[in-house]
Amino acid sequence: MNPASITRLDLVLATPEMFLLAATCVILLGDLFLRDRDRWITFVLSLLTLAGVGWITAATGFTERTVGWHGTYVADPLSTLLKIVACGAVAVAFLYGHGYLQERRILKGEYYVLGLFALLGVMVLASANSLVTLYLGVELLALSLYALVAFNRDSGVAAEAAIKYFVLGSIASGALLYGMSILYGVTGSLELGVISNAALQMPAGQIGLLFGLAFIVVGVAFKFGAVPFHAWVPDVYHGAPTPVTLFLAAAPKLGSFALAFRLLAEGLGAVHATGWQDMITMVAVLSIIVGNVVAIAQTNIKRMLAYSTISHVGFILLGILAGTSQGYAAALYYTITYVIMSVGGFGMIILLSRKGFEADSLEDFKGLNARSPWFAAVMLMLMFSMAGVPPFVGFWAKLVVIQAVLDIGSLWLAILAVALSVVGAYYYLRVVKLMYFDEPTDKAALQGGGGAMRFVLSLNGLAVLALGLYPGLLLALCARVIP
Amino acid sequence: MTAPDFAISLVYIAYALAVLLTFGAILTWVERKQAAIMSDRIGANRAYVRIPFTQVKLIWLGLFHGMADGLKLLLKEDFKPLAYDKLAYALGPWLAIVPVLLVFAVVPFGGTLDPGRLFPSLAEWFGGRTYPMQIAPIDAGILIVFAFSGITIIGAMLAGWSSANKFSLLGALRAGSQLISYELVMGLTVLGIVLIFGTVNLGTIVERQSGTVLGFLPAWGIVYQPFAAVLFLIAGIAENKRIPFDLPEAESELISGYFTEYSAMKQGVFMLSEFIEIAVIGALFVTLFFGGYNLPWMNDTGFVFPGGHAVPLSHGWVVVLQLLTFLGKVFLLCSFQILVRWTLPRFRWDQLLRFAWKFLLPLAIANLVVTAVALWAQQA
Amino acid sequence: MMVNVLFYVFGAILVLTALGVITARNPVHCALFLVAAFLNSAVIWLLLQAEFLALTLVVVYVGAVMVLWLFVVMMLDVDVEKLRQGFTRYAPLGALIALVVAVQIGLVVHVRKLGLGDTAAAVVDRPADHSNTQELGHLLYTQYLYPFEIAAVILLVAIVAAITLTMRDRPGQKVQDIGKQVAVRAKDRVRLVKMDAEARQ
Repeated sequence: MNPASITRLDLVLATPEMFLLAATCVILLGDLFLRDRDRWITFVLSLLTLAGVGWITAATGFTERTVGWHGTYVADPLSTLLKIVACGAVAVAFLYGHGYLQERRILKGEYYVLGLFALLGVMVLASANSLVTLYLGVELLALSLYALVAFNRDSGVAAEAAIKYFVLGSIASGALLYGMSILYGVTGSLELGVISNAALQMPAGQIGLLFGLAFIVVGVAFKFGAVPFHAWVPDVYHGAPTPVTLFLAAAPKLGSFALAFRLLAEGLGAVHATGWQDMITMVAVLSIIVGNVVAIAQTNIKRMLAYSTISHVGFILLGILAGTSQGYAAALYYTITYVIMSVGGFGMIILLSRKGFEADSLEDFKGLNARSPWFAAVMLMLMFSMAGVPPFVGFWAKLVVIQAVLDIGSLWLAILAVALSVVGAYYYLRVVKLMYFDEPTDKAALQGGGGAMRFVLSLNGLAVLALGLYPGLLLALCARVIP
Repeated sequence: MTAPDFAISLVYIAYALAVLLTFGAILTWVERKQAAIMSDRIGANRAYVRIPFTQVKLIWLGLFHGMADGLKLLLKEDFKPLAYDKLAYALGPWLAIVPVLLVFAVVPFGGTLDPGRLFPSLAEWFGGRTYPMQIAPIDAGILIVFAFSGITIIGAMLAGWSSANKFSLLGALRAGSQLISYELVMGLTVLGIVLIFGTVNLGTIVERQSGTVLGFLPAWGIVYQPFAAVLFLIAGIAENKRIPFDLPEAESELISGYFTEYSAMKQGVFMLSEFIEIAVIGALFVTLFFGGYNLPWMNDTGFVFPGGHAVPLSHGWVVVLQLLTFLGKVFLLCSFQILVRWTLPRFRWDQLLRFAWKFLLPLAIANLVVTAVALWAQQA
Repeated sequence: MMVNVLFYVFGAILVLTALGVITARNPVHCALFLVAAFLNSAVIWLLLQAEFLALTLVVVYVGAVMVLWLFVVMMLDVDVEKLRQGFTRYAPLGALIALVVAVQIGLVVHVRKLGLGDTAAAVVDRPADHSNTQELGHLLYTQYLYPFEIAAVILLVAIVAAITLTMRDRPGQKVQDIGKQVAVRAKDRVRLVKMDAEARQ
């Protein structure tokens, strides 16, 4: 047997990815033969695929860190958790978006296919162990997202958003790739473990390493949508069809977290204190400030949520910049809770929309309580959670991140984070005020979303509450998967 | 590189150029004559050469028509369109012909040459070195073929664009999309051969076609890959922009496509390059699928027939036979391409692209997959 | 020695053609310069004994990418002069930024050499029959199989995306339906009207 060949272990390791790819190709081909009114078959197949991937990931889940495919692939508890959450997020996104797209007659099989490819990108990122795999994962994810944003061909806003996203995204990918190539040149390896060892042995302030690192931080910050690389976020969130925005806000954030964790923590952990901590601190602080302050001025709820995303990303980065396992676990916890909250938030917009009407203005939430008390309550829970009000899950997320920051002795960061959370609470609570204390302009009952979507959306709202009441489980899980 | 190597290279290059240009000239005549035969006409028979001071006219079946055409093209006025792009207009013909000539550099036109044995008086100078009969015996031969044929696309597109003529521009766009589409098909069919012979070196590919399969069939590429051979030939004809794929220069629609605005020898260069391309496609097909210079049951020492009967041959005879075999096969292929031209009607434009992308390409991929699986099954 | 001379010759041409790409006024000429630049970089790769990469560069970039590029440029008829109108206004700022970046790069790369002492390996001479292609293929299909497959998926996504975004029925689209054309009867299209003869006026 050739020493460099592919072993059975490699195949077992990548079973989820292989299954997903094969199933996606089948869906892609099968969809060609479907008429428009049979498109639900694609939808169901996609959900089945997601269930299958989730199940396989859980079943083959490696409790030990296992490296395969000649050092390009790693399976560890973290990757398993990220993959399963990503599958769930994508499934929920599909579920919320289906009716919306169908009503507007823009439901094409490619929505699901591209979504599944994006998920594959997230999964590749989640278990990447070399610079090449990381970069390819980023590109796979990004390319699928560009196409998804431009998906509604008859919408000028969407096309504009896609072009902005594409051009800026390509530049960011270029920066990331530059950084990676410099890193490769300096350390002589593509494998993260080897890079980490090489970086450890280098003198502090090794200029080549820092040079590459700067580019890498730019790339990572862009993929997160952190200030000052956030310019695309509001436009893309606003311009994309709402189901795509919802998609964009969910699974890709897990991918970004994986990218940041694998690159910065696993690959360049050695230059944490001397290198990227300061860079990330700047980015994180700016994100929290800009995100929270600018969101106040928004009248479009999609844009408002986009700016709120920026501030949430700032919090995630706060956890990462701590550089401790506790900090990474906090960031992971924050990412997962953010995904749950944002999926719900955009789901609400879809629920309120109907054919020919886009409920993306804050005004459209006026008097929701009178129209549907239950969904007003769901939105209330989501908004409170995003604002970080106890006992909802968003509170715990902010708490653990601030704790992690305090543990490394950055009191000022913690104070800043708390202060701006209070600022942020203003615009979340404004939505609540509109729902409960304003007269509805539109008194009709809610029409958007089918039974399944309403059910899942309700669950989504309850999850925010339940996870907040019992935070221990998810917290412990996050702490356990971070080595 | 020593002096003998250099000399051999020069000889090879001279030979290759001579062969290609002769083919280019002869094929213009063959095309006319064959067309005439197929449509039951007499064909070109007017040009002649008179032996000085006599009344003897040499007509030789109209062979001198090619010469007359060449002279005419050389002596004609070089018309240029009023508003044309000087740089691109001048580059066009060159980019069309030079890469075609260069492709031949990697095509093996004979087996191994031992100049010492051929010319005993020079044996000392060559010092027993042998040379494969191939101008550039490099490893990635097939890639060279595709690299250079890619450049010809740019030549055609430049020519069409620079002429400042709508017909030319349309021809250029057609040429670009057609060549790209069919190059893909061509590449994928060649991959089947690469899988079978396990190399991208054209010299080695031909060597591996010298034996026999099942004891009597020559081990030519077409025996292993009959399907790919057909696809390759179709794609090759399309690459040549010949009927039924001559949309870029369809005279009833576009006058003569991307070189409408070229006249005199510049136009002649385009014509010549197309005829040379016929020969080059023929040569590639022979190399990949028809055993190159190999005659059935012949090796470097002579014939060995399936029954075990052997006929030894001297090195000189082997070399000559191999050269002639190669030329003969190429000529047959060229003749076949002309036959196709005078047999079939022309595609419509959308049919042409659909044919490439929706018919040939899937078939080529299927062929590749089947080949790979078969090889894998055989090895396992 | 010979290799060094060739390197400098082709390197110089490469730089000149690259300059041509950004200075030429006609976009097609820019594309042509780019083709020349690709060919020259292919030659430089050949000098590094990477013939497979060199040829792939030509096949992919010259044979495919640039052809598509030419397609676009030829169809668009870009008015370069118009694009350049604001050029002089922004030129000083651009020059300043370029200068700062150049100085920074110079400082980092030249003075400190990026800390690349001896990590760069020397080129190993290979025998003439060494098969670059085989080596690369071996690596790609064993050690780098996983990234390689993902790269393939990325291309697939690109195809799917391109087709999704361009293939659609939109109002006013002119398409030929052969079936309909063949099914047409004269009486559907032509109405023969009987008219009395009229005197010329």
